[in-house]
Amino acid sequence: MALVELRDLTKRYQTEAEVISVLENVDLDIEAGEYLSLMGPSGSGKSTLLNLMAGLDQPDSGTITIDGSEITSLGPNRLADWRANHVGFVFQFYNLLPVLTAFQNVELPLLLTNLSKDERRERVEVALNVVSLSDRMEHYPRQLSGGQEQRVGIARAIVSDPVMILADEPTGDLDAASAEEILSLIERLNSEFNKTVLMVTHDQHAAGRAHRMMYLEKGVLHQ
Amino acid sequence: MKHARLVWKNLTRNKRRSTLTILSVGVALFLFAALQSVLTALDATSEVGSESRLITRNATGIVFPLPEAYTQRLRSVDGVEAVSWANWFGGTYIDSRNYFAQFAVDEGTFFSMYPEVQIDPAQLEAFNGEKSGAIVGQGLMERFGWSLGQTIVLQGTIFPGDWEFVIRGVYEPDNPSFGDENMYFHYDYLFENSGEAATPGWFIVRPSDPNLATEVAARIDGSFENSSDPTKTETEKAFQAGFVTMWGNVGFLVRAIGTAVFFAILLVAANTMMMSSRERVNEVAVLKTLGYRDGLLSRLVVAESLAISVVGGVIGLAAASVMLRNNEMLGSILPGYTVLPSTMLQGLAIAIVLGLISGLVPARQAARLSVVDALRRVA
Repeated sequence: MALVELRDLTKRYQTEAEVISVLENVDLDIEAGEYLSLMGPSGSGKSTLLNLMAGLDQPDSGTITIDGSEITSLGPNRLADWRANHVGFVFQFYNLLPVLTAFQNVELPLLLTNLSKDERRERVEVALNVVSLSDRMEHYPRQLSGGQEQRVGIARAIVSDPVMILADEPTGDLDAASAEEILSLIERLNSEFNKTVLMVTHDQHAAGRAHRMMYLEKGVLHQ
Repeated sequence: MKHARLVWKNLTRNKRRSTLTILSVGVALFLFAALQSVLTALDATSEVGSESRLITRNATGIVFPLPEAYTQRLRSVDGVEAVSWANWFGGTYIDSRNYFAQFAVDEGTFFSMYPEVQIDPAQLEAFNGEKSGAIVGQGLMERFGWSLGQTIVLQGTIFPGDWEFVIRGVYEPDNPSFGDENMYFHYDYLFENSGEAATPGWFIVRPSDPNLATEVAARIDGSFENSSDPTKTETEKAFQAGFVTMWGNVGFLVRAIGTAVFFAILLVAANTMMMSSRERVNEVAVLKTLGYRDGLLSRLVVAESLAISVVGGVIGLAAASVMLRNNEMLGSILPGYTVLPSTMLQGLAIAIVLGLISGLVPARQAARLSVVDALRRVA
């Protein structure tokens, strides 16, 4: 059984004038430890697919089963708990809380667990060490470069040891050198830490770093 | 507790706004304490009078005196045990801002009518033995730094001239609402030095049976019904309550102002919290993505507004306690005016309710926030 199973997934948006079909009967299997990239033009439904897989949005029809849980049948609270335990999300614009230090931002997901303060500290230090930011723990986001901010975002995504990492254009706001660092880091998370990764990107080069490339156009997934 | 730091960081994110909101809540609670204390003092004033003492005054109005000859007639009314009288003096001590009440009283009968007023027997004897003697409240002694044996001069307003008094005694009331900033002196002194113009302002009557006070009052008024100065007799409690109503509908006014202030501040606090919450839509969406439940996010938002409101409330109430408790100026206008612990507790409860209500709308917004929409807006 695949880690991720999407079956007959359909998502439509109702505007004032018309119904827009974003995803049409999408089927997808992702094995544990795979590294996939998803490309497609703007508005093709890439982010929608990612949001559905993260349990942030609900499909109009179809099912999503991840690590044995059919998340499309979960209520809001159980979905939030599931998300905290199974998914690490990497945003294009990092989305760090500006009032918290790098350490405190990475610690956020762990505040939902029963871990002690010392255990949380240990895990945060490990995560920041993985992204090579041990020396920036007490820095606030405004004191970090874009690449460093994204690395903190990745540390936050992996700190609770999720089975899957969903990255929404993680290099979209970075210069070439920083983007390269981030892609290498994501590659390392997959190869060294065996994380299943699904990365949405516009960048052909970035997509090419994945094991498998998919293309979404007009709501239809081409593998 | 794990999230206390997040709440604290959000509170201190915009220090100026948080400080101003805290201060606005503080001012509101200060006003609440000040106004509520007026109400409690008024209530206490109407309660201070005795049900078993009667006050007989001119039926036309309290400002019209009664003939001294009424004393004997009152004593002869069936059911009357003792009679005394008093008059309002209305003098000024140095400056009109040094307001306090002065009463000319019949020294032989007045204080025995008021067992709740404590006076050293030796001081009372010294007072009785000196025509210009005066007995003043402990609060008044402290307010002006007076001492026993000191001579003070009042400028008469109703009874013109400079009036000298020698302080011979100090009283302390058992009930603070009686007021400890009054001055009592000899009615005879007033009578003789006013060209015999003074007559009693009102009589104090003690019925032989307190249970028959109403009947005795009716009997007194009946006996003066056809005289040149008909009387109105009521229990001292009703008389005091009548005084309170002379303030006009102060209670209603105070409550109306208090309610208006409360809602104005509530709107300010709620608006500030909503502004703050609106600015952080993206962050709420991120926290939801990380697995924060709607309920937890709501509680965090409410905790912020609660913290602002409670801190503001504590500051306002503490300021009220320091500035208004046992305030001499206010106490002299409204005896018994002070900020009671019950008022402080009410204020604290209001601050908590204010915090909960003002956090409610942004908390609901946070809970209902669509992560997808919020993140799309940022992108």
